[in-house]
Amino acid sequence: MPTSGNFERPDPDALLARVQDDTARAQRGRLKIFFGATAGVGKSYAMLEVARRQQADGVDVVVGYVELHGRPETEALLDGLEVLPPMRLDHRGLALTEFDLDAALARRPQLLLVDELAHSNHPGARHPKRWQDVQELLEAGIDVYTTVNVQHLESLNDVVAQITGVQVRETVPDKVFAEADDVELVDLPPDELLERLREGKVYLPDKARQAADGFFRKGNLIALRQLALRATADRVDAALREYRDRHAISATWAATDRILVCVGPDPLSARLVRSARRMATASHAPWLAVYVETPALTHLPQSARDRILATLKLAEQLGAETANLSGESVPATLLAFARQRNVSRIVVGKPARGGWLARFRPSLVDELIRRSGAIDVYVINGEIGDEGPATPRIPMRSSRWPAYAKALAVIAMATLIGSQMVGRFESTNVVMVYLLGTVLVAARFGRGPSVLASVLSVALFDFLFVPPQFSFAVSDTQYLITFGVMLTTALVVSHLTALGKRQASVARQRERRSAELYALSRELARRRNLEDLSKYLVRHVLASVDGEAAVLLPDADGKIQDPTHFCDRGAERAPAQRTHYPVPGNDLGIAQWAYDHRRKAGLNTDTLASAGAIYLPLLSLKSAGKATAPAAAESRDTRCIGVLGLRPVDPRQLSIPEQMHLVEALVNQTAVAMERVQLADAAQRAGVQVESERLRNTLLAAISHDFRTPLATIIGAASTLQGSALDAPQRQALLDGVLHEAQRMNRLIGNLLDLTRLSEEPIPLRRDWIAVDELVGAVLARLRELLATHPVTLRIEDDLPLVSGDEVMLEQLLSNLLENAARHTPPGTAVEIAARTEGADLALNVRDHGGGFRDGEEARVFDKFHQGARERAQSGFGLGLAICKAIVDAHGGTIDARNADGGGAEFRVRLPLRPREVGA
Amino acid sequence: MSAPRPNLLLVEDDPQIQRFLATALDAHGYALRIAGSGNEGLQLAALHQPDIAIVDIGLPDISGLDLIARLREWYAQPILVLSAREREADKVAALDLGADDYLTKPFGIGELLARLRVMQRHLAGREAAGESPRIEIGDITLDLAARRVLRGDEDVHLTPIEYQLLATLARHRGKVLTHRQLLREVWGAAHTESPQYLRIYMRSLRKKIETDPARPRWLTTEVGVGYRLADGEERI
Repeated sequence: MPTSGNFERPDPDALLARVQDDTARAQRGRLKIFFGATAGVGKSYAMLEVARRQQADGVDVVVGYVELHGRPETEALLDGLEVLPPMRLDHRGLALTEFDLDAALARRPQLLLVDELAHSNHPGARHPKRWQDVQELLEAGIDVYTTVNVQHLESLNDVVAQITGVQVRETVPDKVFAEADDVELVDLPPDELLERLREGKVYLPDKARQAADGFFRKGNLIALRQLALRATADRVDAALREYRDRHAISATWAATDRILVCVGPDPLSARLVRSARRMATASHAPWLAVYVETPALTHLPQSARDRILATLKLAEQLGAETANLSGESVPATLLAFARQRNVSRIVVGKPARGGWLARFRPSLVDELIRRSGAIDVYVINGEIGDEGPATPRIPMRSSRWPAYAKALAVIAMATLIGSQMVGRFESTNVVMVYLLGTVLVAARFGRGPSVLASVLSVALFDFLFVPPQFSFAVSDTQYLITFGVMLTTALVVSHLTALGKRQASVARQRERRSAELYALSRELARRRNLEDLSKYLVRHVLASVDGEAAVLLPDADGKIQDPTHFCDRGAERAPAQRTHYPVPGNDLGIAQWAYDHRRKAGLNTDTLASAGAIYLPLLSLKSAGKATAPAAAESRDTRCIGVLGLRPVDPRQLSIPEQMHLVEALVNQTAVAMERVQLADAAQRAGVQVESERLRNTLLAAISHDFRTPLATIIGAASTLQGSALDAPQRQALLDGVLHEAQRMNRLIGNLLDLTRLSEEPIPLRRDWIAVDELVGAVLARLRELLATHPVTLRIEDDLPLVSGDEVMLEQLLSNLLENAARHTPPGTAVEIAARTEGADLALNVRDHGGGFRDGEEARVFDKFHQGARERAQSGFGLGLAICKAIVDAHGGTIDARNADGGGAEFRVRLPLRPREVGA
Repeated sequence: MSAPRPNLLLVEDDPQIQRFLATALDAHGYALRIAGSGNEGLQLAALHQPDIAIVDIGLPDISGLDLIARLREWYAQPILVLSAREREADKVAALDLGADDYLTKPFGIGELLARLRVMQRHLAGREAAGESPRIEIGDITLDLAARRVLRGDEDVHLTPIEYQLLATLARHRGKVLTHRQLLREVWGAAHTESPQYLRIYMRSLRKKIETDPARPRWLTTEVGVGYRLADGEERI
């Protein structure tokens, strides 16, 4: 984020990020904010005026939404500008109008005017806030003019409230303001404003009039004006700083300042966050907001947890990186984290607890200061940061009764043992027995039963064993010490045990989380396709969040598809095939939005939060790595692979940050794995392309050689015949040559055609029942001339069963084998054809009596373009045997070549008599 | 060749093949008319009633198969089909539609002349006396009238189906019969999809008729298309 300033020496990564940032900005629309101290300073008027000038310059300007407030001079400015009709919403019988985002996106003007950036949309609109609408417009490349009052800036919100006593609910995150391309201050001196107010030029609804009277006091107006001027000045300052950064004017590079603010369950934490934000802005430092969860804090009531989450969310909106730490002690954990993240300043709240106990126990602040070393500690007024407003209550767990019953039983047992000891042992030993019982109860059943046990023990011991017996009266005062020790011991042990248990549970949770991540990463590493990866992601997500989940992947056009794999935890985590994602149809649209905008959407997010499910984009590594600066504009070149849709049974599960972080971590890991798979696929495709490129080149070379040779003869012979006077035998010789070469070319073309046909996947077979003897007869007839010089012997089994196959292809197979034999053996040598059944197969052998194969050649003869070295001039691309192999493969059979016993090459074909179940 | 020059129609769009066939057929005593398209072919056929039509399957306007179907509505003379290699399905379709024979491109002029001669002989035989009652197949005599098959004076014992098969091939001697045509003629319309019967009976028929059944001289196989009873004079 360039506006936040950059004190670091510009490293290449930062420069690259800036270039990408610039590119992203170039594609984004530009945002101009007309900024004022209060309502009534004339922001809308100024905006419309500028817009009219733009229109005069030929810019396509459309008014998206303007609050006219019945002011005639503003309305006059609208004349001649295109105004989008507002969207009408029906909310509980109330007809509401709202800025129509979709209409604006569809209209796509160059410049759009949208008044009141801080406006909260009515329920039913896509985003809860108008500034989110504007973000979407900007992303769509539309320039936007808008207006903002200083009181609506998130970080100044509480300051304004302090000054004016009016709390404004409609706020705009500071980053929107900071990222705006242009901010124009519309300034009006307070006196003039008050004048306008008196003249009724500032519109205020009647019911607000009364409150406004308090608001528009001169003192307030001066303070607000100062705030507005200062905010603008800060921006100008930041712009200057950025300029200097870019042009490397600044000579001194300060060490990176980094601010960490510690938030607690206190309601005033929000104020602390805003203070930290101001501090961070002032020094242009990145800042972090953390919450440290100690075992004691794990049992906070839900409302307190919600408050913490809200505070962290606020911090995130204000541009902080947030983290949830868990640890034994707040200061230790905080400082460890701070050192790890190289934090220079820690901001904590001033503890307000005034009890006498505080004087004896060091507060968080004391401890922090004592152990902070080089880190500055800032203490801000606000009762937070220590161990919370009150000692957290252990929530009453249901059905504790068995524990109490067991405690009673233990004490009864102790009493029984004690009664047996009376007279034989000192009564102090009876105390030991009770103590043992109490410790056992404390260790096993927690605090409540242990208190019960200790009180009971004391009472029973007193009643039964301390003289006078059967009365609570105590004759000897030293027994009071016994009672005291017993009670204290029981309480201490039960407290320690409870603490230990909670720590164990925190540790277990953490362990479960890392185990989950580890297990997923191991599984991910093994998977080779997106579908499997999706399945595993869904399974792991559901292991931590109960509900339904699915991975939605886009098609080639980037349109999100219904998931193929869908899981819920109830179905034993088994992937169930469902054709449609069983949520209202609109949800696919949310998933699409999340995919397009590379941002999470749906339940518990800023966008379409009313949905029943959350949609998390699976972003590739590049953007996942940007998690350290979530507020930074996401780089435009990140890739989104798909979307995880998650519908929890209880939506509250998603508001627990640990859960959400785990889910996001799982999603990120999976996205990385998916990207890896996609890259591997792409690499493989590239490899295949290289291979086919090589084949094509070989083929071209072969064609140009093998076609040109016969063509040379034909052209030469024909031109000779054309011109000169030749005698009959000469002419005959030339004509024979032409015919021979033409036939040879015909054969080559035939092979090429076969190869083309056989390269279809799957090879289309026209199966028929074939008599092999008949096929052999037909081939011999066809190759009569070629085989004239080679005596053929047939050894064909009588009554050979019919074979299922493609007759034309099998004829081709046999012809190629025979042609191969005829062409590669000397004339006069015999060729043998043998056919018989072997099990469920037909065995067909073709053997010649030529020179056989040279070493190792047997394995390669079926390769495309392999050519035997001998009789090169006779060869035809070396495709014949490759075609044989393809044909046999298509029939589910096998073919091999070997040197036969007694010399010569032998080709052995086995074909299944009937088609096999698979692959046939 | 006998006195009247046989009247041929060639439906073929490639000018080089037109020229080559015109030259060659003229030299061998045929009168040739050439049509460059299917529709022109239909017109010329209607106008001149050629003795034999030679039809290329790949035509620019209507397909050769359509042309054959439309010709066969009224044209009873032999049709010879020219087709490219590896288009067995086209060949079978053409034969099923009523074509009499086919030639695979590229072909030598000798092959074409041989086919034409077979067709002419058929024509002559049909014009003369309808079906000849006695047919000579090498040393075998098939007596259609007496339903007997003789090698010399000895009876060759054929089952009724073998006899039907042989008789059907003999009636269309020299012409390719597709599997479907043979099955329909011998077994009936219900069995046209069961070519395995045909293979088995053809094998046993060859054993009884041929001297070397593994290299048949008479009952030849047209791979992927059907069977033919070879004409006595030509080896095709």
